[in-house]
Amino acid sequence: MSGYYLDHLQYLETEAIHVMREVAAEFERPALLFSGGKDSICLLRLAEKAFRPSEIPMPFLNIDTGHHFPELNEFRDRRAKELRGKLIVRTVEEALAKGIAVQAPGQVSRNHLQIPTLLAAIEEFRFDCCIGGARRDEEKARAKERFFSFRDSFGQWDPKNQRPEIWNLYNARLNPGENMRVFPLSNWTEMDVWEYIRKENLEVPNIYFSHPRRCVRRQGQWLPLNDLVPPKPGEQVEDLVVRVRTIGDIISTGCVESPANTIDDIIAETSVARVTERGSRADDKASEAAMEDRKKAGYF
Amino acid sequence: MSIPVHHPVDLLRFNTCGSVDDGKSTLIGRLLYDSKSLMDDQVEALERSADLTGGGQINLANLTDGLRAEREQGITIDVAYRYFATPRRKFIIADTPGHIQYTRNMVTGASTANLSVVLVDARLGIIEQSRRHSCIASLLRIPHLVVAINKMDLVDYSEERFLEIRDQFEEFLPRLSLKDVKCIPVSALNGDNVVEPSARMPWYSGPTLLGHLEDVHIGSDWNLRALRLPVQWVNRPNNPSDPLLHDFRGLSGQMAGGVLKVGQPVMVLPSGFRSVVKEILTPEGRVSEAFAPQSVTIVLEHDIDVSRGDMIVDPEILPGCGRDLHAKICWLHPRPLQPGKKFLLKHTTQTVQAAVTAIEHRINITNLAPESGASELAMNDIGEIRLTASSPVVFDGYAANRLTGSFILIEPGTNATLAAGMFHHPTEVARPEYRDFSI
Repeated sequence: MSGYYLDHLQYLETEAIHVMREVAAEFERPALLFSGGKDSICLLRLAEKAFRPSEIPMPFLNIDTGHHFPELNEFRDRRAKELRGKLIVRTVEEALAKGIAVQAPGQVSRNHLQIPTLLAAIEEFRFDCCIGGARRDEEKARAKERFFSFRDSFGQWDPKNQRPEIWNLYNARLNPGENMRVFPLSNWTEMDVWEYIRKENLEVPNIYFSHPRRCVRRQGQWLPLNDLVPPKPGEQVEDLVVRVRTIGDIISTGCVESPANTIDDIIAETSVARVTERGSRADDKASEAAMEDRKKAGYF
Repeated sequence: MSIPVHHPVDLLRFNTCGSVDDGKSTLIGRLLYDSKSLMDDQVEALERSADLTGGGQINLANLTDGLRAEREQGITIDVAYRYFATPRRKFIIADTPGHIQYTRNMVTGASTANLSVVLVDARLGIIEQSRRHSCIASLLRIPHLVVAINKMDLVDYSEERFLEIRDQFEEFLPRLSLKDVKCIPVSALNGDNVVEPSARMPWYSGPTLLGHLEDVHIGSDWNLRALRLPVQWVNRPNNPSDPLLHDFRGLSGQMAGGVLKVGQPVMVLPSGFRSVVKEILTPEGRVSEAFAPQSVTIVLEHDIDVSRGDMIVDPEILPGCGRDLHAKICWLHPRPLQPGKKFLLKHTTQTVQAAVTAIEHRINITNLAPESGASELAMNDIGEIRLTASSPVVFDGYAANRLTGSFILIEPGTNATLAAGMFHHPTEVARPEYRDFSI
């Protein structure tokens, strides 16, 4: 660093660290949502930096739909262990068995079932705040999201009645049973995330890099072929060299054909990309307000 | 567009004010589109919603109006944030709606901005709304202002009309505390002077809007003169595995002003304890100096009592400190402010109780003139008030430092954020209890 000047990554970093420390200071029982995806990898590094030389003063929480990529869960468990963090995993499977979550007839996607599972975990551990890696550039309902996003006792987001957020003064006050979701990466873009991963030399799950995979063509996307996504008659199946740009459930995450083998390759690819990363997530294409509706119900 | 990957770029935050009729959404859409920051699936989503609801007409406002209610009512309800980059800079746009009832949104969007773009319709010139937006930008001390005189295509790209409007604005300027103002003639619809220079306005030799956004100097927007470090979190490792850390006691926070150096004498307020900086940790590791707005953790030479809400300052440049406070506020809540009410006041990292003892006057938001006789402040009103806090608040005037000079009021019980406040210059500096005490 030369002179008294921060470049954009340093500015975003200093802002995110401020937000994380505000959480540690203002809440009694915060948790950090860690999936092993690229955004939460950045969150984890920011948390290390915010609190060192202390350890990260909150457990990591992940809601496992049972449809995760196995590579992602392996990475998640290993990183949590390396950081000596306490990792709590709650599964949709378990929530279904207990009747906390109920599957709509005929529905395969478990995306919606994350919501009751997450809310039950919040209740079980009495978390008053969950830090998540959502970014405003991902989706336009998220573009209206606050850093400190208030949720009522049902976990609901009320977009028309959000607390104004002025300067760097975050109103973190809650009544019992209410909850806060906090998004330190609010101002980060997909490009910023990759540039930060490169700058910090962070490890990411290998499915972000180019690898051979058998895929099926469905609704304009290449979906990874597996037990949950068998090909239907007449569908085109091909062996491709692909990578994932964003990681959702294995049944809804589109793969993109790509030779990108390194973080530099990914950054080069991102800089010329002509579609947003969420363009490869079938869960967001359901309707124009798909994300808004899920967030109102308690999604992060 | 390819972004050079190893070139360090800085970040400019700006907000846009104007109403739908001023072509604000078109202007933002044009900036995003012409700088190639719109993605194919976003354009596709726009087209999809145009077919369904817009009778085939693409509405660029749909890019920023993300909520269902906004699309249904065709208005922008809330501040939306948009991101784009050029090889020179990264940008964050806070898109704030311009309707009269949404002053609170503009205050929100503008509070973190380096620059404000005020849109003016070239046919109408400087109207009440343009004055209101400029006044808010001035009250919030946004360092840079751009007056984008839009719809030049509808006044035949007339230089005369442009100069006329610029004169109207300059007449009004002395009332404002704006340091850097630039007027740019544009046509958002046709793209003139937005990203590309206009061939239809050869008489204009200044920069395009994007050119100006890329060039405007923001390096000195932070106060680097007076050291201010509000203590946010005390860092004490629990059962550290490293025995050297048993006695570690760090003070974490984001620098709100000045430069901090190892070996520098500092004072902790409001207690007045003095010490010397022993160590500084930043996200980059251990350093010998740090500056605003870095997030740091520091260790002091002496083991003195410091906790969240205290402020570490330069003993040579002391801030104000006191319980009786004088401020301008913007009232954000539907329930009006009446004097005598008690609130929670959050300022830097400190939250104290405070009672509003008097409303001195309301400020006319179109000319900044005080209007006396206000018995209450309604939503979107800006006024001057007196407060008494339950314990001392360490602060600067907002004009000197936006971070140590600002506060919010929170309603106990509902926890609603009611007001955004800006302190006046302190009438006297801190006189710490232990001023003669040194270790």
